[in-house]
Amino acid sequence: MLLELEAVSKIFGASCGACLDLTGEPGAICPDCGSVVAVNRVNLKVAEGEVLGVVGESGSGKSTLLQLIYQDQPVTAGRIFFNGITNQEGKRQDILTLPATHKARLRNRDMSMIYQNPHRGLNFNFSAGGNIAEKILDTNERSYDTIRSRALHFFTKIEMPPTRLDDYPDAFSGGQQQRIQIAKALSSSPRLLLLDEPTTGLDVSVQARILDLIKALQREMGFAMVVVSHDLGVINHLTDLTLVMKSGCLVEYGLTDQILEDPQHPYTQLLVSSKL
Amino acid sequence: MSTSACKLKVRNLAKNFTLHTLGGVRVHGFSGINFSLPKGQLLALSGPSGAGKSSILKTIFRSYLASSGSALFCRNDGSEVDLATCSESRILDLRRREIGFVTQFLKILPRVSALDTVARPLVEIGVEEAEAKARAEQMLRRLGIRPELFALSPLTFSGGEQQRVNIARGIIAPKELLLLDEPTASLDAKSSNTVLDMLAELKQQGIAMIAIFHDQNKIDRIADICVPVVREQ
Ligand SMILES: Nc1ncnc2c1ncn2[C@@H]1O[C@H](COP(=O)(O)OP(=O)(O)OP(=O)(O)O)[C@@H](O)[C@H]1O
Ligand SMILES: Nc1ncnc2c1ncn2[C@@H]1O[C@H](COP(=O)(O)OP(=O)(O)O)[C@@H](O)[C@H]1O
Ligand SMILES: [Mg+2]
Ligand SMILES: [Mg+2]
Ligand SMILES: [Zn+2]
Repeated sequence: MLLELEAVSKIFGASCGACLDLTGEPGAICPDCGSVVAVNRVNLKVAEGEVLGVVGESGSGKSTLLQLIYQDQPVTAGRIFFNGITNQEGKRQDILTLPATHKARLRNRDMSMIYQNPHRGLNFNFSAGGNIAEKILDTNERSYDTIRSRALHFFTKIEMPPTRLDDYPDAFSGGQQQRIQIAKALSSSPRLLLLDEPTTGLDVSVQARILDLIKALQREMGFAMVVVSHDLGVINHLTDLTLVMKSGCLVEYGLTDQILEDPQHPYTQLLVSSKL
Repeated sequence: MSTSACKLKVRNLAKNFTLHTLGGVRVHGFSGINFSLPKGQLLALSGPSGAGKSSILKTIFRSYLASSGSALFCRNDGSEVDLATCSESRILDLRRREIGFVTQFLKILPRVSALDTVARPLVEIGVEEAEAKARAEQMLRRLGIRPELFALSPLTFSGGEQQRVNIARGIIAPKELLLLDEPTASLDAKSSNTVLDMLAELKQQGIAMIAIFHDQNKIDRIADICVPVVREQ
């Protein structure tokens, strides 16, 4: 397994200590203390090269789940394992217990995130090339020539003309900004790519081309992906497996075609019937 | 490897659907399905509309979850995998190499030409792009698709043309077990004949197939085993 989550939870607010048990599928707000249980004891495995979709209504905890994996948010409880991270005895080690520098290295080298809002994924004070270089620098590459040629390599992979490498994000369209995020994310050759609504808000034809690009690059480079999307069309197009969330809980997991054609959980049936 | 070796053993397979959005109503899919399919043979499912034929194929492919029973897939190393209960990752792995589904209608790949649609499964198993395209072209020609259509997206093709592209794509890099839902339904007699010839050639190569046909003549001509599916009251 590349990634394994064991009973991972996230509580926003001062917990009364019993929030996880007092909340669940019917609702994520603790009746005792009012905290929000954004993610409630989620167990999950992602194999190397696997593509997993995450669906669920607004507020069900999808983005929080990605942020917990990416270490953007502290985890309240649970354990996360990443292939190759072991302790001195060679046993797998919970990445949440790693020293901060080690955690940062894992995040910078082995994972990348693509955000819905390009302002979260890109630094608008750096050029496109500078943004990509920033990610490559995080992998400890120090040679200017290597960084520059790698940035250019990924910039052309997203089908952008090399002449635009030194332009600033503001000078690009929304769809192009998403492409730059993709180039930046992939420039470190991650093993896990996390995508939060990568094409929401873009017009349909731009969206389609970006999905094609992501799919082609995934095939070529073989990284695993976790994709959050409201759009079941996107999930169907990109993913092999799907996870359904409701009020912070994982309510159903299966092959994407099974989730769409033969959903089991009442909530999944509602979600699929209202969106297809 | 003998050609009579078993590829799939289906035991008491049953499926029903519980529709929670409709107050929990239960819909019968199929039940009591039993058969064994050897390598190199074609098994036909026959029966009236709504009897559960497509649902059986989807359950074997795991697009549907079985309610009970098993579908044991026999691998070449002699091990057996229960498709009804094995892990999702195992299914994904089998779908990549060993089990293929030819759907009733073409799932059109957006912005991909008919030729590339058919060539893609070959490219995915590592065949050189030029060679893949040449073989795709040969197959499309044999199925009577006009060459001027090769470079176009199948989006605007007729139902029968789409179906022929679909079959070509489904059998150009044949998996060891192929599930075919009404492969000749929207085809004229000539194309139907070509498709049946192609399926006969696949049998020669040791491919095991389960196919749904409406027409008894086709079943008589191509099937080694026929399993009638009856609609339960
Ligand atoms: N930083 C935060 N502080 C407090 N509450 C938060 C914070 N981030 C998320 N939440 C709450 O956690 C819950 C889950 O939020 P999350 O953003 O994960 O939902 P989502 O499934 O991604 O929704 P959407 O589909 O609308 O993006 C929500 O109730 C949200 O208000
Ligand atoms: N995804 C589904 N959800 C609910 N009911 C279904 C689904 N798929 C098939 N059925 C039902 O199962 C029965 C068998 O259908 P099907 O397998 O398509 O029959 P056939 O292919 O023999 O015509 C029908 O009553 C059909 O309505
Ligand atoms: Mg979100
Ligand atoms: Mg049918
Ligand atoms: Zn509480």
